[in-house]
Amino acid sequence: MMNAVTLPIVNAARQISTLWKENIIKPITRSDNFVPDCKFEHTLEKAEIDVSGLNVSIKGKLILKDINLKIPEKKITCIIGPSGCGKSTLLKTFNRLIDSTEGIHVEGKVQLGTNDIINTQGNALTEMRRHIGLINQRPCPLPMSIYDNIAYGCKINGIHNRHMLDKIVEHYLKAVGLWDEIKNRLHTPASRLSIGQQQRLCLARSLAVEPEFILADESTSALDPISSKIIEELFVRLKEQYSIIMVTHTLRQALRIADYVVFMYLGEVIEAGDAQTIFHSPQEELTKNYLSGAFS
Amino acid sequence: MIALAFTSLLLVIGMGGGLFAKSLPILQEHSLSNLLFSSSWHPMKGEFGFFPFIMGTIWVTLLAIVLAFPISILVAVFLTGFSQKRIWKLVYPILDILASLPSVIYGVWGTLLIVPWISRFFGPIFVEYTSGYTVLAGGIVLAVMILPVLISLMTELFKTVPEELRDVSISLGATTWQTAKFVILRKTKAGIFAIVALAISRALGETIAVLMVCGNSAETPHSIFNACYPLSALIANNYGEMLSVPLYESALMLAAFLLFIIVLIFNLSSQLVLRYIKTNE
Amino acid sequence: MKWKFIEERIFRVLMHCSLWIVFGFLVSIIYTIFQRGCKILTWKMITTLPGGGFYIGGEGGFLNAIVGSLYIVGASTILGLLISIPIVFYLNIYLSSNSKFGYVIRLAYDILFGIPSIVYGAFAFSIMIYFGLRASLLGGIIVITLLIIPIFVRSMDEVAKTIPHEILDTSYSLGATKWETVGVMMRQIAPGIATATLLSIGRAIGDAAGVMFTAGFSDRIPESLSQPTATLPLSVFFQLSSPFPEVQNRAYGAAVVLTIIVLILSLSGRFITKYFSKNKI
Repeated sequence: MMNAVTLPIVNAARQISTLWKENIIKPITRSDNFVPDCKFEHTLEKAEIDVSGLNVSIKGKLILKDINLKIPEKKITCIIGPSGCGKSTLLKTFNRLIDSTEGIHVEGKVQLGTNDIINTQGNALTEMRRHIGLINQRPCPLPMSIYDNIAYGCKINGIHNRHMLDKIVEHYLKAVGLWDEIKNRLHTPASRLSIGQQQRLCLARSLAVEPEFILADESTSALDPISSKIIEELFVRLKEQYSIIMVTHTLRQALRIADYVVFMYLGEVIEAGDAQTIFHSPQEELTKNYLSGAFS
Repeated sequence: MIALAFTSLLLVIGMGGGLFAKSLPILQEHSLSNLLFSSSWHPMKGEFGFFPFIMGTIWVTLLAIVLAFPISILVAVFLTGFSQKRIWKLVYPILDILASLPSVIYGVWGTLLIVPWISRFFGPIFVEYTSGYTVLAGGIVLAVMILPVLISLMTELFKTVPEELRDVSISLGATTWQTAKFVILRKTKAGIFAIVALAISRALGETIAVLMVCGNSAETPHSIFNACYPLSALIANNYGEMLSVPLYESALMLAAFLLFIIVLIFNLSSQLVLRYIKTNE
Repeated sequence: MKWKFIEERIFRVLMHCSLWIVFGFLVSIIYTIFQRGCKILTWKMITTLPGGGFYIGGEGGFLNAIVGSLYIVGASTILGLLISIPIVFYLNIYLSSNSKFGYVIRLAYDILFGIPSIVYGAFAFSIMIYFGLRASLLGGIIVITLLIIPIFVRSMDEVAKTIPHEILDTSYSLGATKWETVGVMMRQIAPGIATATLLSIGRAIGDAAGVMFTAGFSDRIPESLSQPTATLPLSVFFQLSSPFPEVQNRAYGAAVVLTIIVLILSLSGRFITKYFSKNKI
């Protein structure tokens, strides 16, 4: 008789403790103890990318040929090369966004830290994507208010507490230098911002989920020079915490801020290495020609 | 040729005007509120209370939307985010065929399958007795009839959401369903309302399929297991006796006019919203 | 296991269920109709007229309905094409694409498209009474033509809008008049017209509510425009309403014939679009 009463209670308690351990129910954090940039677990030990034997073909046509790369952590890596050589495709392979292209076929290994993203599927893949932030060429604010744009990443990863979200939004808007400009209109639609502001908002949005990597696909090419400069300065500041991989079309930008450079041509990596070495004493003929402006 | 083009406008106005003119006699005899809200329908005695029919139409249409809406949204989201393109190629002919089946065929199917199912299996769970010719039967049949239009329009609508938005959401670590819920559905809210309004306008006008399964009894339904008598069925069933009873014809024309106006309102508003969306994307 | 993954899993399952439900409805409808109808259908039914006492268990077939439907639909299609093609040309060639007049006309046709066929029937019936006409073949043709015109105009307009302006400009710059350009346009959208025709025929042949009052019903094949005529959907309906099981079974046979006709029309319409769109620009 007692068993009939205690057994369900014990089972319920066991259920609750499992759910607690798996972080489905969390204790309500008091907002004073909350640190906005330490809310998610950091499961990637080393924030470097190790690419080996990567081949990507779309509908039979080989776009990326046998890529082997090692991208260092916490540095700005610039991928340079003439247009159409596969830079964006490489970037999109890093977070598996090219999966949605029709006829795509990917072979090889891309290790982000200790996980091979090419061989991850389903829920683990969704989880891994959180560690990689992406900023597109044209700023793409979500159809919501500024506040909701930044809070979106947190909401989908389980943070709903209003106080926590307020702090997060403030923290990241300050990190990209937008806080003072828009703190009075946080709940207006994000599409009303200027292009430069929108791009910074997209950056803040990506940072809010605490990625280890930031992928930037020609992120300043649609902006005016002043906004471009602001974004570049942001990247320079952010590289202390994140590994930044940029695709850039303008050599000057790479010259300004790159620490590590990868030169690509027609889907192959021609040369990769430390920025100073590549710019001042390139090994390959093609690299020399590209750097001297023979083709772009 | 300009004249021919004008005919469309003329036709719309003419139809509305003509039906209204024909309804005038009964409007002169009884007040509009009496007609709309009275429940006694005894044409022989000259009493024309439309309330049961209006309620019948509302019940059946509402039930059809409630049944069809979740299914259509889920299928549309599935087709635009969760599946390969080739599944769309499989589903599209199915929707096409469903859309082209004549109303009578749905009625026959309803009588053969749905009505007995309700009266033998589903009904007895809730009520003591039901003949099967009920609001529920009408609702189910109508729901299947408006599914193709709902699904195909919603799929088209969801496809207009730019790829980049989806990419952004996914690279933040959202699951495909979260992307659908927060990005796609939020962005297309207005369009979804318009599409539902359009589907309602189609459902309101469906005559013969509903007629065959709804029971045709002139009482306001109290539950989905009662019979009902939608406006369209009223007009269809009684045209033969129209001319024998005074004012009957006018009453039926008023019913037709009511149907015309309601369908017009829903149709027009949804068309305008959908056009507005199309021009703004 | 975070909540978002559980949510994703739940909705995926729901989505698959919805897809199967839609598929299941189609299969259920086709199966129910064909299962009963094919058992009953004999060649004799399709080729003979109803004999005496047809509706109370007597002999005969429903050739009257088949021929009646073909007459009505055939005549309406021809009339409909004659009226709609000039309208579509006017809308696309004579009017500029931003004209307000064109917008209003297109809106009017969209409204007409959405008006239920029972309202068309009621309206046409009152006009017929006004002119002293009785339910007849002519009445049925008029109603179905009115019903078909918005369908034609809408679908042909969609196709015509896809013609790139360069083709028309090229034609003009070669010195062609507007009329000759019409010929160029015709060639481009001919498959679109064919598809629209097939789909409209499918819609027209299955429509019961419109012809209910206006075409009447008869056991014979009409010999002149003023005689009432039977139509397939009404034939199904009346036979089904009979209390005799043999007659009801015959209804299923008629339903099978109707379904087969509509399926053939719909499939050939899609086939034409696919086949001819390879040659389009």
